[in-house]
Amino acid sequence: MDFSVLIDFLPLILKGLYYTILLLVLSLVFGMILAIPIGLVQVTGPRPLAWLATAFCTVIRGTPLLIQLYILYYGLGSLFPQMPWIRESFMWPVLREGFFYAVLAFTLSFAGYEGAIMKGAFASVPKGELEAARAFGMSPFTVLRRIWLPRAIRIVLPTLGGETILQLKATPIAALVTVVELYGAAGQIYRSTLDFFPPMIMVAVIYILLTFIITRLFNMVERQVPQRR
Amino acid sequence: MGSSNGQPAVVVEGLHKSFGDLEVLKGVSLTAHEGDVVSMIGASGSGKSTFLRCINFLEMPTQGRIQVTGEEISLKTGHDGNLHPTDRRQLERIRTRLGMVFQSFNLWPHLNVLENVIEAPVHVLKVPKAEAIERAEALLQKVGLYEKRNQYPAFLSGGQQQRAAIARALAMNPKVMLFDEPTSALDPELVGEVLKVIRDLALEGRTMILVTHEMKFARDVSSHVIYLHKGLIEEEGPPSQVFGSPKSDRCRQFVSGIH
Repeated sequence: MDFSVLIDFLPLILKGLYYTILLLVLSLVFGMILAIPIGLVQVTGPRPLAWLATAFCTVIRGTPLLIQLYILYYGLGSLFPQMPWIRESFMWPVLREGFFYAVLAFTLSFAGYEGAIMKGAFASVPKGELEAARAFGMSPFTVLRRIWLPRAIRIVLPTLGGETILQLKATPIAALVTVVELYGAAGQIYRSTLDFFPPMIMVAVIYILLTFIITRLFNMVERQVPQRR
Repeated sequence: MGSSNGQPAVVVEGLHKSFGDLEVLKGVSLTAHEGDVVSMIGASGSGKSTFLRCINFLEMPTQGRIQVTGEEISLKTGHDGNLHPTDRRQLERIRTRLGMVFQSFNLWPHLNVLENVIEAPVHVLKVPKAEAIERAEALLQKVGLYEKRNQYPAFLSGGQQQRAAIARALAMNPKVMLFDEPTSALDPELVGEVLKVIRDLALEGRTMILVTHEMKFARDVSSHVIYLHKGLIEEEGPPSQVFGSPKSDRCRQFVSGIH
């Protein structure tokens, strides 16, 4: 095993790292933004929306991410080119790339898992705290923004770190739709050098380092947050 | 009401409330004038907490009319058979005039004591933050919690939490304070410190409606006492009458158990 060959591939490795992190961050941010309303409507209703949200979470959590990604990539991906208004739109350069479908699939996946978790978090905020907010004349939106959501986020925070790490370790799946993230980069190095272990062991080490950083980040955030009851 | 010494602050007429088949309130009326301290007493399940919670619509009544500082809350019957306010903004405006104190404190645990107190003034009344903090610190001084202003609720005793909750309610500068069994969740040795704060408010001439099991306290601070039994007013009047010479046997029995 000769790890020195990896030095020649440094730009490729950095590019892979960049796409891994970008995919992770984009899917976490957009996924969380979706998860909040998905969780909320399951607690507050209206019933059709609650039903839709529950169905979404069930489908997402009940099917493998790989299949979701393939369905989006080969399904939407073959539909879009047939629509001239999409082909001619300024979005086409993005919609043409596997990366777009990876972000989409990973976002929906995260939204599905976190939506179910947010539902539990919203439901577990004691009713009295919300009553107190209402009793002082807060509008429903102010109650949500100032009391309900901040409380719910603090409840999910300890699990969010773990979910983020699971999401990180799912990112190699994106390589299957041509995204050159870390694992994709390792594959390219292997095909050039025909030496399997150096690139694979290297990306494994990078994933461990990323996991370590994520854990530390969440620990830091949690320490900022006051004690819960 | 014999003790009235001002404009009516809260007027409730013929309040009914049912939970399914169970009728908890069967037509209860109350008038609290400015400066009144109205205490509601009665056995558990007599409907006194439900009545208080209907005044600011944390519970939706089935029937009745409610006026706060002369403004009648417009209501319509909803699908669930309860009355609902027709105008959310009117309800929110009226709620700002009613300072509620809960049995279980219900402080917001993600905010420290000071933040709890300024939260509603800043985000509902739109008071500038600096002004709200200044007022909040004065109120915390008054309830004896100034030193604890940067603590989170989880680090306070029950009595301290309830005093913080009273400061939070006072910060809205409400016309009427509503107390829903404010000492029932407290250890016996912590009851006194909370009652002292409430007593001071009564002495200042604050208008208050108080649901309580503390009979001696009710007798001392109230201008008017209502004894509720199974959703109806069984006896009411000045404390000397309700505690001293009640007309109803049931009320006599209820108050004689406490000394």
